[in-house]
Amino acid sequence: MSAYKPLGGRLATLPVILGSLVAMVALYYMAQRFMHGLGSVANINQGYPWGIWVVYDVVVGTGFACGGYALALAVYAANRGQYHPLIRPALLASLFGYTLGGFSAFFDMGRWWQAYNIFLPWHMNLNSVMLEVGLCVTAYILVLWVEFSPTLLTQLRQRGLLRWVNRFMFVFIAIGMLLPTMHQSSLGSLLIAAGYKVSPLWQTPLLPALFLLSALAMGFSIVLFEGALSTWSFRRPSESHLLAPLSQVMVALLVAYLLLRGVDLTLRGAWGPAFAGDLKGNMFWLEQLLFAVPLFVLASKQRRSRSSWLFIGGVAMLLAGSLYRFNAFLVGWNPGGNFHYFPSIPEIIVSLGMIAIEVVGYLIIVKKLPVLHSADHAKAAA
Amino acid sequence: MSNQWLEREKWFDASEVEVRTGINRRDFLKFCTGVAATLGLSGNAGLAIAEAVTNKQRPPVIWLSGQECTGCTESLLRSYHPTVEQLVLELISLEYSETLSAAAGHQVEENRRRAMEQYKGQYVLVVEGSIPTKDGGIYCKVADKTFLHHVEETAAGAAAVIAIGSCASWGGIPSSGPNPTGAVGVPQVVTDRPLVTVPGCPPNPYNFLATVLHLLTFGKLPALDEKLRPKFAYSRLIHENCERRAHFDAGRFALEFGDAGHRQGWCLYKLGCKGPETYANCPQILFGDVGSGSWPVGTGHPCFGCTEQGVGFTKAIHALAHVKNVEPPAHFPRIEEEQGRGVSAGTAAFAGALGGLAVGAGAMAVRDMRKEEATAQKSDKAEG
Repeated sequence: MSAYKPLGGRLATLPVILGSLVAMVALYYMAQRFMHGLGSVANINQGYPWGIWVVYDVVVGTGFACGGYALALAVYAANRGQYHPLIRPALLASLFGYTLGGFSAFFDMGRWWQAYNIFLPWHMNLNSVMLEVGLCVTAYILVLWVEFSPTLLTQLRQRGLLRWVNRFMFVFIAIGMLLPTMHQSSLGSLLIAAGYKVSPLWQTPLLPALFLLSALAMGFSIVLFEGALSTWSFRRPSESHLLAPLSQVMVALLVAYLLLRGVDLTLRGAWGPAFAGDLKGNMFWLEQLLFAVPLFVLASKQRRSRSSWLFIGGVAMLLAGSLYRFNAFLVGWNPGGNFHYFPSIPEIIVSLGMIAIEVVGYLIIVKKLPVLHSADHAKAAA
Repeated sequence: MSNQWLEREKWFDASEVEVRTGINRRDFLKFCTGVAATLGLSGNAGLAIAEAVTNKQRPPVIWLSGQECTGCTESLLRSYHPTVEQLVLELISLEYSETLSAAAGHQVEENRRRAMEQYKGQYVLVVEGSIPTKDGGIYCKVADKTFLHHVEETAAGAAAVIAIGSCASWGGIPSSGPNPTGAVGVPQVVTDRPLVTVPGCPPNPYNFLATVLHLLTFGKLPALDEKLRPKFAYSRLIHENCERRAHFDAGRFALEFGDAGHRQGWCLYKLGCKGPETYANCPQILFGDVGSGSWPVGTGHPCFGCTEQGVGFTKAIHALAHVKNVEPPAHFPRIEEEQGRGVSAGTAAFAGALGGLAVGAGAMAVRDMRKEEATAQKSDKAEG
């Protein structure tokens, strides 16, 4: 009945074993964090309360996890059913990205035992951007689980429950398109609230628009990245014919993004710091360069048809989106005073562990659950 | 002030002073009270001073001048305090003064000899200027005798000796290197008489006046420190009461004459101000009776330590003072201290290694993808 099939095969492959080892070291440091407090593991301080656990795990991580959001827009909002074969793996990646992002936000909280107060209406500050992000991300995590549940229910042969879930699925799909639009733009609004602490190279009223555009571009590029990588590593037939049109959408998004960025910097008269020759200025140019690479790669029809180029374009876009977020949240961040921040090794390992858990989880689930489209079907669609 | 004081004041008869000095009773009492305040004494002492001043028995004074510039006398005469110099000259009996005596030559010398005999053991000797001692003291002679001889001879019959100015107090400018005349202060020459030194170049006239009035009123010298300076004037560093002290404590220093800090009245320590190692009351009583700011530091020049032996005329004007109480640190702590940990070699290496690993893995994947694409193309062509 379903065109999705578990991949099957050996579970204990080298990536899974290595990934599990990294995840275990990360879990050790996380235990340290809960026993001895944030300062024993992370370098975050009063001036830099957002370290990589927020900037990478939450801000960049949920950007990576926008694959489900981007494809849902393409499939359901734009009614392009031909991309449906890509949606389950994208959803799985989103599920991991958002769930672990939410968990990271939790263990990054100084007083995590107070976290439940976010959900108590009488404690809510409705003017807070942070509340919007917190509630919206939490809601989206639940929505993602519901969206992914048919995969699990099919495998568990829960026919009745499956039918019931599918009947209301359209509601969750609709909410699932609304929520990331809200919180991905709100991640930018967080920085507007930070005011002059953010360098003029990144501080702009257009931050929400820029964050949303870059999130969509990152969402499509994670689909390219995963598609190219799973084709290659699982020796499946190429999905380039499906991915190439998506990369065209990315080109449009990138052009819109870069235009907006350039016009914004010009109108605000904020080009000066870009030529200061300091870390901020240089990182700004590196960021623009990384945005130009996928534009260059994906603008050509010939390159779009080759999965190696799609992979390069996707990775460059992911790096560009990540660097934009890192720059806006950390490099361009000046809290005043003499504050310094660079992540400690345990801090990096914890973030690395989050990635490892995602990769290992993904590898195991695609082998056990019907996530990837059957190879024959993909070929037939071509 | 007690009723007793008011009673005494009411019946105090100043008519004799009024006639003698030409100032009215009210101003006279105000002056005496002011002097008492300078001395750090109570209001009662003011009346005691008034009573001492009205005493007809005026103490004879012999004023000797040695190696000096007469600046001490000049500043004393030009102190604007109403009629003070008049009062001093009237309240004491000045028997000998090279600057002020109308007589000259043998006549005035004769008067000094007469006074020394007549008031033996009662007169006050004031010495102005340093005393040359090298080669038997031949470098300063008055009336064919060395100044050293004059001081020794006059001090022998004096009730008390007052050394006015830095030259008389510790040698002053003539004693600073190379000191060709072997100049010394009075304390090195007169060791067996009650002696008080009032250093300064020139000393504040009120420090001298207050000392004299204390002597007249109580018949003894005021409390002295180990360098024989009256404690009421010399027990505090200039630095302690300086109006620019807050700038010193805050680390705000003028670094050049006329720079932004100098124009804003910042501390002159780094221009060589010797206030931190000089004991004097300049910032409290000022000079010239013209109001605030009328002292060297107040006008923007660093104190050069004129009252202090080993500082004034000895240390270079712009050399840093040795701060006797709290030395300022070479670097002041920042308002905002370094916080948080930046990048270390270890974390940079770790992050770099991870980045390298990711780039390497990506490059290998791309290479492999290219290979597969090439073989797929070949097989497509073969099929086609």
